[in-house]
Amino acid sequence: MTVSNAPQQNSIASVGERVRPVAIGTPVAAVYFIGDRAAFVGDEETITLVSSDGEKVVVTVHGGAILSSVSDGRRIVTGGDDGKVVALDIKGESSVLVTDAKRRWIDNVAVHPDGTLAWSAGKTAFVRGLKGEDKSLEAPSSVGGLAFAPKGLRLALAHYNGVSLWFPNMTAKPERLEWAGSHLGVAFSPDSRFLITTMHEPALHGWRLADAQHMQMTGYPSRVKSMSWGMGGKFLATSGADRVVVWPFASKDGPMDKEPAMLAQLEARVTAVACHPTQDFLAAGYDNGTILMVRLTNGAKVVVRRDGAAPVAALAWNAKGSMLAFALQNGDAGLVDL
Amino acid sequence: MSDVNAPASTKIPVTVLTGYLGAGKTTLLNRILSENHGKKYAVIVNEFGEVGIDNDLIIGADEEVFEMNNGCVCCTVRGDLVRILEGLMKRKGKFDAIIVETTGLADPAPVAQTFFVDEDVQNNARLDAVVTVADAKWLSERLKDAPEAKNQIAFADVIVLNKTDLVSKPELAEVEARIRGINPYAKLHRTERCQVALSDVLERGAFDLDRILELEPDFLKEDDHDHHHDHDDHDHDHDHHGHDDHGHDHDHGLKHYHDEEMQSLSLHSDKPLDQDKFMPWLQELLAAEGQKILRSKGIMAFSGDDDRYVFQGVHMMLEGSRQREWKPDEKRESRLVFIGRELPEALIRDGFQNCIAA
Repeated sequence: MTVSNAPQQNSIASVGERVRPVAIGTPVAAVYFIGDRAAFVGDEETITLVSSDGEKVVVTVHGGAILSSVSDGRRIVTGGDDGKVVALDIKGESSVLVTDAKRRWIDNVAVHPDGTLAWSAGKTAFVRGLKGEDKSLEAPSSVGGLAFAPKGLRLALAHYNGVSLWFPNMTAKPERLEWAGSHLGVAFSPDSRFLITTMHEPALHGWRLADAQHMQMTGYPSRVKSMSWGMGGKFLATSGADRVVVWPFASKDGPMDKEPAMLAQLEARVTAVACHPTQDFLAAGYDNGTILMVRLTNGAKVVVRRDGAAPVAALAWNAKGSMLAFALQNGDAGLVDL
Repeated sequence: MSDVNAPASTKIPVTVLTGYLGAGKTTLLNRILSENHGKKYAVIVNEFGEVGIDNDLIIGADEEVFEMNNGCVCCTVRGDLVRILEGLMKRKGKFDAIIVETTGLADPAPVAQTFFVDEDVQNNARLDAVVTVADAKWLSERLKDAPEAKNQIAFADVIVLNKTDLVSKPELAEVEARIRGINPYAKLHRTERCQVALSDVLERGAFDLDRILELEPDFLKEDDHDHHHDHDDHDHDHDHHGHDDHGHDHDHGLKHYHDEEMQSLSLHSDKPLDQDKFMPWLQELLAAEGQKILRSKGIMAFSGDDDRYVFQGVHMMLEGSRQREWKPDEKRESRLVFIGRELPEALIRDGFQNCIAA
């Protein structure tokens, strides 16, 4: 197998010459583009901003571990084990938005397109609207993930045995979507028709929101930690297997009774995926440090980089889709021009 | 993910500290944290504020026990622990070990099972030992009326029998005998105000497959006259029937309790076992009786195999591996221990006998 595989792999087109390495130097958990700079969010304390000419600025945002982060392209919001929620703006200036009175860990953060902020500490989720007043909701168990619906002010809280959908501006009780097990990450589809969670078990679960119809997406060898919507929500690409598992969401039934596409198999596990913002391809990172670009429609591959000292921790495209930023868990990182 | 085979030494050791209400868990925890040992501990506690030590690595937990979606009611994990350990791993290098304190009413099994089930937890941390603090004055009573207390004793690798200054010698002998009736394998330390050497409770390696092999009941090795009694469990020339830990040859009138509910059962064979019979038998036994079996451990000698096989289990979860070759001067024998509730002893013994290679 290895003998016949090697030449085949070497024959894959490569954009390796367009990779500009960046050494972050400390473990990286996430990467975003904010303005025209890539922002590498560390496991602890700092965010490193890297401009397209390679200039680095390190900003300290927390006095400990950075447990969660999110970006709307205009700012990055992080939650730390110091009990703080911090925002880093496009100029690279940080501000503390929230200090938890009991110094609880801020496990999750989310931002709404209109600027509304959400965060959670243990079982409690908080929302701070534009007028600045905070509202809170107790989940039945620790909040595993938070996500705002793209439209309307609706917050999804993933927890044990399901998801709560909370309208912070309404007095009604949160709507509950139930499915046994521990739900961690949560995401709405871009058209708000579907809600997907990553579970503690190696599976995704989904609901069609119109009728709460269930979608079980199973068969992964390990936990799914990265997912990304492609082509305006027609596809959901996921990590967790030795290939990119892509679920079809174009039809009204989503992936119900459909098989996912399985692309770019390697003898390694996919750890990060990022769909291109406008085109029909994605970037996929593996636990051996390899990064590929993969066409969603036919699985054609281009090598970005091969092998590395650590798993790929994060991938992100800039808004135009002209640049990819990547980071390995150990802080080896880089920028790729298309 | 890439660390599945990482050596145990690179994984952060986790000590689970349990014990019934008021036994002295917080006293022991404060001792561990305040002693001048040069180590830094991250501590996961259930109640903030009880620990009087200033430490930015004290984390409050919600003790959330989650069932796994595999249809098995005893496959439970601590969901909050998964989350907290993931967060702590971002600060690797800032601490040497983790201590998880459970509430007095907690069952230690979900904590232990978290280390069997969760891939990320397994890659980064290893369960070191379950340490149970017991109150010498009240434990005997609690064993009668609090199933949680009995669970914690049965599950323990190390028992800190505390407040021994509050009981008479006969009372102490009584409570120890009751403990031994449930769990003869844990290391037992008698303390006042939890004065125990930290090396006796930390870095025990009790779940390390390389070190689970000290399967002799602890008190046989203790140099203590109160505990000298004739026990035929290790007289390997006898046949295999009737060699349990509730043998009845006592020299000095030591009370020997057989707990009606919770027992241990040890099995032994000098003859090699048939691997093709043993493995399915063990798996079926744990699948059928795993709710009753709290802990299981074993060292196996299989016919036609020069490696010794070791395993350990918590309820239905099992991990095992071929550990190393038998040494030339080492007696090739198989030993198993089960600790559990209402163990179907005859069924287990018969099943084990059937695994002896023809």
